[in-house]
Amino acid sequence: MAKYLTQRIIYMIITLFIIASLTFFLMKFLPGTPFQNEEKLTEEQRIILDEKYGLDDPLPVQYANYMINIAKGDLGVSFQYDNQPVSSLLLKRIGPSLTLGFQAMFIGTIIGIMLGVLAALFQNTWIDYGSTFLAVLGKSIPSFVFAALLQYYIGVKLEWLPVASWNGFSYSIMPTIALAIFPIATAARFMRTELIEVFSSDYITLAKAKGNSRTEVAIKHAIRNALIPLITVLGPMAVSLMTGSMVIEQIFSIPGIGEQFVKSIQTNDFPIIMGTTIFFAFLLVVIILIVDILYGIIDPRIRLAGGDKHE
Amino acid sequence: MKKSKNLFFITLLITLAFIISGCGYNSSNDSDGSGGDGGDSGKGDSDTKQVLNLIESAEIPTGDPTLATDAASFIVFGQTMEGLYVLDENDTPIPGIADGEPEISEDGKEYTFKIRENAKWSNGDPVTANDFVYSWRRAVNPEVASEYAYMFSGIIKNATEIINGKADKEDLGVEAVDENTLKVTLEQPVEYFDSLLAFGTYLPLNEKFVEEKGDKFGTNSENMLANGPFVLTDWDGSGLEWSYEPNEHYYDKDEVHLTKVNVQVAKTPNTAINLYQTDEADRTGALSAEYANQYQDDEEASTFKEGSSWYLKFNQERNGKDTPLANENIRKAIAMAFDKKSFTDTVLANGSIPSDGYVPEGLAKNPETDKDFREESGDLISYDVEKAQEYWKKGLEELGVEEIKLDYLSDDTENAKKTGEYFQNQLETNLEGLKIELTNVPFKVRLKKTTDQDYDIVMHGWGPDYLDPMTFLDLYLTDGTNNNTGYSSEEFDKLIDDAKVKYANDPQKRWEAMLEAEKLLIQEDTVIAPIYQRGRLVLIKPYVKNFHEHLFGPDYSLKYVKIEK
Repeated sequence: MAKYLTQRIIYMIITLFIIASLTFFLMKFLPGTPFQNEEKLTEEQRIILDEKYGLDDPLPVQYANYMINIAKGDLGVSFQYDNQPVSSLLLKRIGPSLTLGFQAMFIGTIIGIMLGVLAALFQNTWIDYGSTFLAVLGKSIPSFVFAALLQYYIGVKLEWLPVASWNGFSYSIMPTIALAIFPIATAARFMRTELIEVFSSDYITLAKAKGNSRTEVAIKHAIRNALIPLITVLGPMAVSLMTGSMVIEQIFSIPGIGEQFVKSIQTNDFPIIMGTTIFFAFLLVVIILIVDILYGIIDPRIRLAGGDKHE
Repeated sequence: MKKSKNLFFITLLITLAFIISGCGYNSSNDSDGSGGDGGDSGKGDSDTKQVLNLIESAEIPTGDPTLATDAASFIVFGQTMEGLYVLDENDTPIPGIADGEPEISEDGKEYTFKIRENAKWSNGDPVTANDFVYSWRRAVNPEVASEYAYMFSGIIKNATEIINGKADKEDLGVEAVDENTLKVTLEQPVEYFDSLLAFGTYLPLNEKFVEEKGDKFGTNSENMLANGPFVLTDWDGSGLEWSYEPNEHYYDKDEVHLTKVNVQVAKTPNTAINLYQTDEADRTGALSAEYANQYQDDEEASTFKEGSSWYLKFNQERNGKDTPLANENIRKAIAMAFDKKSFTDTVLANGSIPSDGYVPEGLAKNPETDKDFREESGDLISYDVEKAQEYWKKGLEELGVEEIKLDYLSDDTENAKKTGEYFQNQLETNLEGLKIELTNVPFKVRLKKTTDQDYDIVMHGWGPDYLDPMTFLDLYLTDGTNNNTGYSSEEFDKLIDDAKVKYANDPQKRWEAMLEAEKLLIQEDTVIAPIYQRGRLVLIKPYVKNFHEHLFGPDYSLKYVKIEK
């Protein structure tokens, strides 16, 4: 296990390095400068600014400087927010995005799995059709439409929950629901399909023949096996949810990272683009590792390389 | 054994998750917590509470006036800081920190200001002449690299040389004669100097405070100092919420009525409207077209004419070759072939007004008669299909073609696309043989293509840097950085040069030269085709009184705002 982990961590660092390098060069192809007042800057002024921020150095020099700084743990200073270090901006902004993403993921998968199980257990009944209908709806309605509807009816009309802003748990309910629609739909669909397949396998028939009830079989044997493919989808989905949904963050005025990331690309805020990309990539490789470890736990047939082999 | 391992992992995951989610709320609570009752206090409270809840559409990028370039920052400085001059409700610059009008030398180059003796910073320090000297020197210092340093160029003596590293910042034409006397030396007389004195980059800075904070200056509300009606509070440097409280040390604090202002950023107009309708906000930000259309007849809708002018810019030379737009008749035809009024009424619907000239209304007044520049200059080129078709025919004949294909460059926002379609339809319908191809690109790409002159027609807007027609007119000098059209006219260059140099100390002659220059630019040479002066439409509660909006500098001032329920 230890050997496996070390190996994986080395791969992770290499992956991150490649991602950072690629992003750095791609980003430099973006047209324009990172200066906000670009249109009114005179040529002389632009040269002064470029000099100050080291943007007049040849690309390889800029790249080397950046990589050396990163290795030292220095992500640089933002252009959009003067004199704000990227690391402190990320720290401030990532909290709400992670909270929201985690809540949506948590609620989304639980409800989704329940819907999927119900649909599979009561296949071809109104419960099944109802759940499928919900899943299709969840997949096809964009979350921002759903968010806008929630905000209008629950926030403005009923006044049950605050319309927008981020000042405590009650502020996170509507955005969480809006964001959870997608994981609910995905989990429900997957769970249903997998369960139905598992139900038709031999060991389930055996379990049933032993006199176990359908529900008992489902809980004891089937669900666990059906979870495996779901985990594969959930890993990357968790990252995409936790790294922030730009639209949901905008609609509910949440100070998250998603929206800032998009803005940093539009404004050529190089240090933020790099910092956020590296952070996202890091999150993704870590989650992939966790998913791989989880496989081993849920499905004993999968053994991690270097682990105790039985064959 | 295996079960316990499972349990361990699940517990670990859940704990991790809660730690993460805990972080999330904490960080936002911090920013809000210190402000006490913050967000909700405006709602449903007794009539006398002087609390205002506002919506902004963007974060504050910086609290350092020297580095600021954007509307959100300048709005903050408009409330928390005061320069030698401030803008009154009619956008006329009036003395602020300056104690009355300055003494001006006969040649118009030397200004001596007295500083109000009772002017103080929010930490109790007096505002002194040195605060201006320090701030202005900082702004032109190439090491500080202020993007707005050019606002001093050609105005304050030696500014250009200092910015370009050819002189020391101590050579700048500004000097503290004593604690309360500031002497400013200009390169040449500047008619609009008072409006520059009200601009953000010309604000004073407390040297001791700024030096003490170093790189942290202006990065959150703790690291800022006010000398205006309000102090900024609860701003964490990048957050979506902040507030203002009255500045106890402000010299004119008796005029300030509000006890607290809460600001919430809402980037989608829909959210802003929802917050407004649930009384969480007393004013929305500017509504975009689709909402403006819906709310333009609302009782609580209010419009304001901004200072920016929008027009089609014609590129006459692309890749070293003349474009069809190098032909004057073709340019005139296009400039007359679209209905501006129906555009502002139906596509924008936000209080924008159609314009037949370049310099916007409300910017500057005739020094003798007080007549507005726009009014005096009149309608220079108007919508007239028949005339347009005549010019078009003539132009085609001169070029010896029957068809012309042009590309139309603009941003890729929803509104820009809609606008593009409108102009495509108008021009293609009214001018036979014209084909318009729409190119919608992100803002930075649009700028690059414009500077590279890689376009035929571009939708372009320009806002004022100071209150004078020159801020618009000198763009089209032969070597103007933002000319980008290939237009070069000796006559035009001379008129601008005369206004800048020859008549620098003769306001009336200068004014006439500028009138003539605009006429030449629009009516005779039609370098650009004026469309509209931008307006903004907001919803504001009727109990908010004395909310003064500006077409230059900060979007609004809250100093005199009163809640009267």
